[in-house]
Amino acid sequence: MSELARELSARLVPVRPSFVQRRLLAGSGVGALISIALVLALLGPRPDMNKAMATAMFWLKLAYPLSLAVVAGLAAERLARPAARARGRIAWLAMPLLAVGALAVGQFLAASPASREALVMGGSARLCPFLVFAAALPPLLGLVWAMRGLAPTRLAETGAIIGLAAGGTGAFAYAWHCTEWGAPFLALWYSLGILAAVMLGALLGPLLLRWK
Amino acid sequence: MLASLAGDAPAYRTLLEFLERELAPFFRRRLADDAAEAADLVQETLIAIHTRRGTYDSSQPFTAWTYAIARHKLVDHYRRRGRAPTIPLDNAGDLLAADETAGAEARHDVENALGRLPPATQSLIRDIKLRELSHAEAARLRGMSETAAKVAVHRGMKKLVEFLRPQRGAPP
Repeated sequence: MSELARELSARLVPVRPSFVQRRLLAGSGVGALISIALVLALLGPRPDMNKAMATAMFWLKLAYPLSLAVVAGLAAERLARPAARARGRIAWLAMPLLAVGALAVGQFLAASPASREALVMGGSARLCPFLVFAAALPPLLGLVWAMRGLAPTRLAETGAIIGLAAGGTGAFAYAWHCTEWGAPFLALWYSLGILAAVMLGALLGPLLLRWK
Repeated sequence: MLASLAGDAPAYRTLLEFLERELAPFFRRRLADDAAEAADLVQETLIAIHTRRGTYDSSQPFTAWTYAIARHKLVDHYRRRGRAPTIPLDNAGDLLAADETAGAEARHDVENALGRLPPATQSLIRDIKLRELSHAEAARLRGMSETAAKVAVHRGMKKLVEFLRPQRGAPP
C-alpha cells in the first residue's frame, strides 16, 4: 500500500509558496500580451492617441476593465484551491461597477436630450462588444491553461471568474484602439463584451477545468 | 505538509502514509464498502494531492484542503460510473456525518489556530474546553474575574472558528 507513498515522496521537489499566483499570472500575462499585440497590429492604436492621453476618459477606459480583471484575478487565486471560497474578494467588484455606473448615469442625465444618443451609442456600439469579446479570448485560453494545472473545485464559478479576468484584460487591450469618449458607452458596451466572456467562461468551466 | 512543500521527502512520506490510512474509511463509507474501488480512489487522491500540492495555502486548514480533493475525486468517480451513488438508505446518515477520520489533522489545525490567540485566552480555552475546568476555576488560575474569563473565552472561540473556516462563509 505504501508503495505509492514511497514513490511519490521520492519524486518530491520543493514548491514555491507563490506557485498559484505565478501560474495564473503567467497564463493571463501571455494572453494579455497577445491581445494587446493583436489589437495594435490588426486594429491599430487610436489615431488621436496624444490628445486622448490628456483626457480622463482615456484612462478610465483602461482603469475600469483593468480593475475588474485584477479583482477577478484575486478571486481566481482563491478558487484555484480546493475548499477555498472567494465571496469576499468577488464583493470588491461592486466598487468599479458602481463607480462607472454612477458616472454613466450622471453624464447621461447632465447631457441635453439631443446629445444623449451619441453619448450612449458613440460611433462603434455595434462592434465594440464583439471586439472586446474577441480580445478576451487569448487571456481566457491562458487562464484555462493555468487553471488546469491548479485545483478548482467549483468549476462553473471558477470559469466565470476567469472569464471576467479575461474579459477585463481584453477590454483593456481594446481600449488602446477605441476612440469613444462617453461613460455610458463604457458602462454599457464594454461591460456587455466582458459579460459575454464571463458567460463563455461559466459554460467552459465544467468542461475544461475538471482535473485528475 | 509545509515541510513537504519545502522539499522534505521523509516528512512527506510520513504524511502520505498517514493520509493513506485516513482516507480509506472515508471512501469505503461512501462506496458502500466496496474495498477495491475505495483503494483505487485513495491512490488517485494521493496522486492528486501530490500533483496539486502547490495549491495548498498554508494559512488555511490542511484538513479542509485534503478532504476537498478527496471529495472531488469521489464526485469524479460517481460521474464516471454515470449514476448516483449507491448507498443503502440505512447508512445515508454517514454521508452527512462529519469526517471523523480527520481527527489528527484537525487537531493539528486547531493547535495552529489556538497559537494565533493571545496567550491568556489560549490557556483559558485549554483549561475550560480541553481540561474541562469551570469558568470560575479557570479564572482563579489566571487571576481574573469570572466575567472577564467568560468574555475572553467567548471571543477566543469566535476567533478560533474564524481561523478554522476555509474562507468567509464556512462550508456546510
